[in-house]
Amino acid sequence: MNQRTEATSEVGSLSAGGTATVPSALGVEHRPTKTRLLAHKAYPHSFYIPAAIVYAVLFIVPTGMAFFFSLTRWSLFDWEFIGFENFVLFFNRPALVSSMRNTLIYAVVTSGLKVVLGLLLAVLFTSMIRLKTVMRSMVFFPVIVSIVAVGITFKILMHPSEGLINKTIELLGGVGPSWLTDPQIALLSVALVDVWRGVGIALVIFIAGIVSIPEEYTDAVRIDGGAWARFRHVIVPLSRNATFTVILLSLIGGLRSFDLIWTMTGGGPGFTTDVIASAIFKQYQAGFYGLSTAGNVILFIAVSIIVFPLMRYFNRKELDL
Amino acid sequence: MRRFSKRVPLTLAVMALIVAACGGDGGGATTTAATDQGGSTTAPAGTDAPATTASPSEDAVTLSFLYDDNPVTIATAEALVAAFTATHPNVTFETETRPGGGEGDNLVKTRLATGEMTDVFWYNTGSLFQALNPTETIVPITDEPYIENIVDSFLPTVTAEGGVYGVPSQTAMGGGVLYNKTVYEDLGLSVPTTWEEFAANNDAILAAGITPVGQTYTDTWTSQLFVLADYYNIQTQDPDWAEKYTNNQAKYVDQPALAGFEHLQEGFEKGWYQENFGSTTFDDGLVLLANGEIAHYPMLTFALDAIAQNDAEAVQNIGFFGQPGNDAATHGTTIWMPAGIYIASTSEQQEVAKEFLAFVASLEGVDAMTAAVAPQGPYMIEGASLPEDTLPAVLDIQAYIDAGATAPALEFLSPIKGPNLEFLTVEVGSGLSTAADAAALYDEDVIAQAQQLGLPGW
Repeated sequence: MNQRTEATSEVGSLSAGGTATVPSALGVEHRPTKTRLLAHKAYPHSFYIPAAIVYAVLFIVPTGMAFFFSLTRWSLFDWEFIGFENFVLFFNRPALVSSMRNTLIYAVVTSGLKVVLGLLLAVLFTSMIRLKTVMRSMVFFPVIVSIVAVGITFKILMHPSEGLINKTIELLGGVGPSWLTDPQIALLSVALVDVWRGVGIALVIFIAGIVSIPEEYTDAVRIDGGAWARFRHVIVPLSRNATFTVILLSLIGGLRSFDLIWTMTGGGPGFTTDVIASAIFKQYQAGFYGLSTAGNVILFIAVSIIVFPLMRYFNRKELDL
Repeated sequence: MRRFSKRVPLTLAVMALIVAACGGDGGGATTTAATDQGGSTTAPAGTDAPATTASPSEDAVTLSFLYDDNPVTIATAEALVAAFTATHPNVTFETETRPGGGEGDNLVKTRLATGEMTDVFWYNTGSLFQALNPTETIVPITDEPYIENIVDSFLPTVTAEGGVYGVPSQTAMGGGVLYNKTVYEDLGLSVPTTWEEFAANNDAILAAGITPVGQTYTDTWTSQLFVLADYYNIQTQDPDWAEKYTNNQAKYVDQPALAGFEHLQEGFEKGWYQENFGSTTFDDGLVLLANGEIAHYPMLTFALDAIAQNDAEAVQNIGFFGQPGNDAATHGTTIWMPAGIYIASTSEQQEVAKEFLAFVASLEGVDAMTAAVAPQGPYMIEGASLPEDTLPAVLDIQAYIDAGATAPALEFLSPIKGPNLEFLTVEVGSGLSTAADAAALYDEDVIAQAQQLGLPGW
């Protein structure tokens, strides 16, 4: 046949199923039809009990407890009910408020860059170039490396005087910035590393999206227009489902990001790279268990407020190819 | 198959990376076996049955012991364990290390709260000790005879509601300024006794092309020294400051306490700190000081051991002075109390554990510590003296103590210590915030701590 079929089989081996499985993991799926509702009744209720127990014990109970302890002053040894004081305290701390702003910046920057870079790389790697399997693996490689290892490595690479990055810039005659200690750019430095680490996932989703675009559109555009037209009028609009998935996944990931920031800057210098998760972790370390639980409730609400409306919007706009 | 074989080296490489990343972690349990079969050595010859005549403490006993992973702590703890098991062959230790800092605090609190603590454990004294809920989680040793051996000034730091809970694990330390004596000699400087003199020295050092003061903000805790080591100066101006602070009547935004934050700001504004202080680590700072690339390093004297490990000669060239204040007549230094060793109330080996604590609080225990780690300040055991080869900087501290010009750090006088101080001091020292703003934020920060402890007046 042609390159398309070949690409499909390769993507299948990487993402195990392509587009079909990825959106459903996020709940982005078609409304249940009548036949599917009937199918549900095929199981007796007792079948659900084991899963229900696991769900209740591991998810519902801890969530309920978290909501409760967020209203207490909790020292692990005992607790005292204090109403919404923890939440008031949280919003009165400038460091905690700025951590919310940093979280938003971080999530939007990483999500945006992953969409743009992921899409461009996917177009490149679904085209007829040599060594594309090797290059795909290379882009995907950082995804499977431990985040902490990535963080420590880049912390060393980004050292202002000893790091490889600035040494290279020096060789070329420039002066590199203090990547992680200049408060103006520290957050963006970490965000860039996050993009480097995570763009592989976006790439895989986009490749799956692009190869599932039916042949006819490409053939039509091949007659009517050039490469740009193919990108602008076929790939971008028809890989919309993949785009939505990437945006949602990376936005959620960015909002609750912690490990990379903690290993690279620890939230510093000062509080300039503190995100909600690292600010909560610091409260937890300090022994303010009630306050940190309240922070987690705030994070939960913030993620819900941002992600659920987006998900509904994306669901409405979803395409049937 | 071809496809698979291509990926094998890749997978191996990734696994090697991950293993390497995990291997760096400290911690983990090791067993120090003094004898393989502790009990049998006391059993009468020719019988298979365990010794029936032995007292309970002579049965084979395993004592678990948790301490932090600081090299000085490890060396001290191992020396104590080895010396104790030499005279108590029936006791076997299971030792475990834990991270220091906030992570370690959490681990200790969690293990105490869940009843998973080791028999004996090593933990800070003062405000951090108070946060452990000691009356419920730790065995009181108030009536033990060896309490007599302990220097009186140490006891309040391990006392809660009238009961004593721990013995000192090391020497006390000085908190102030470590300085390079060669730099001082070359430039003809003398040890400052007021902040003005200190600033004048720094100007001279800067003019000579040497960095006057080292700051190491990769390890954020090191940024707090100018504020914390200033406590002696606060106390000379207001002897009741700590009590007022605990009662919510004294604040860091007001003098005399604000001075510490102001010193940090002054240092940044006058360019006293070395280049890239934001990416310098504590270990780097020690090397810079030993090499004379920085003249002063505000630090606790436990750093001396780390310098000695790297370079036994360089440490002879390091001196110590208390952080200078306003008045030369009252010049002195702030003292940090050593960590304590405690018995968890969940321990089933409390008798043996108490014997171990008695050993730690004895002159034999001190000798074991001295043999392993050069003392970094005076011992908290009555009658213990410093050896002849004591480091010069430690003798400097001893001179302050002999002159009576010391005060304990605030964390040993008040249970309140806010968790964000180290980030606020980084901000001031990096020029991101002013002394007044940071002090105000720190006053806010401690409110949560005071409320958590249930202190009256907050």
